[in-house]
Amino acid sequence: MDIHIPTPLRAYTGSKQTVNVTGATVGQVLQQLTDSYPELRQHLYTPEGKLRSFVNIYLNDDDIRYLPGKESTPIEESDELTIIPSIAGGRYF
Amino acid sequence: MLKLSYLEYRALRAHGEETYPHECCGALLGHATPDGNHVSQTVRAGNTRSDRAHDRYNIAPEELIKIQRHARGLGLDIVGFYHSHPDCPAQWSKTDFDEAHWVGCSYIITRVNHGKSDVTNSFLLTGMGEDDKQFIDEAVEIEMAPSQTEKAQAKG
Repeated sequence: MDIHIPTPLRAYTGSKQTVNVTGATVGQVLQQLTDSYPELRQHLYTPEGKLRSFVNIYLNDDDIRYLPGKESTPIEESDELTIIPSIAGGRYF
Repeated sequence: MLKLSYLEYRALRAHGEETYPHECCGALLGHATPDGNHVSQTVRAGNTRSDRAHDRYNIAPEELIKIQRHARGLGLDIVGFYHSHPDCPAQWSKTDFDEAHWVGCSYIITRVNHGKSDVTNSFLLTGMGEDDKQFIDEAVEIEMAPSQTEKAQAKG
């Protein structure tokens, strides 16, 4: 399946916009992604191994945080995973 | 240096006037070049912070994904974002900084003063990640579209 990499993280995937990985679950393909590109891990996960709060990962149109099976959710080759950091702000503290 | 056309520059400033006194937000699509980010298209986004839209903005991840797909379809990347500061300087705030995670991208901020856009600045988020990220002032080059006369002369 394809994992789409956002602009700021391409520095750690050899400038690749899309990385093709294989696996049976969301967790397995993410593991393969970070095994292939180890520098990516610290930008996606905290030292405790939790997905960083500002990193969103979507399986097709669904946030994996809210999937019933979370990272154990089975995937198909035609699915796509998108990593998208949050964007927010505002004029005052 | 950030480059964008006068048309897109006008569009993002007009967006801030339309949403005043609330903050507007959107994405910049284009290419990252050795000379800086080059914007080909701006895309408006909705501000999901309806609770504090006067001083906060947030783009829903679902909308960001759609924008990213749209960009990919055009052969473009997300190279930055824009938002407005109603009646506040066109400078990044602590909230802007804390919530900035797109290293290498340009963050355009427009001050909308009493409903009228006046100052527009851009800041490039640099660094390797959360630990050493910083905003640096970024020059903006506005590319003017050729006039009708220039177009006619070019045609010969």
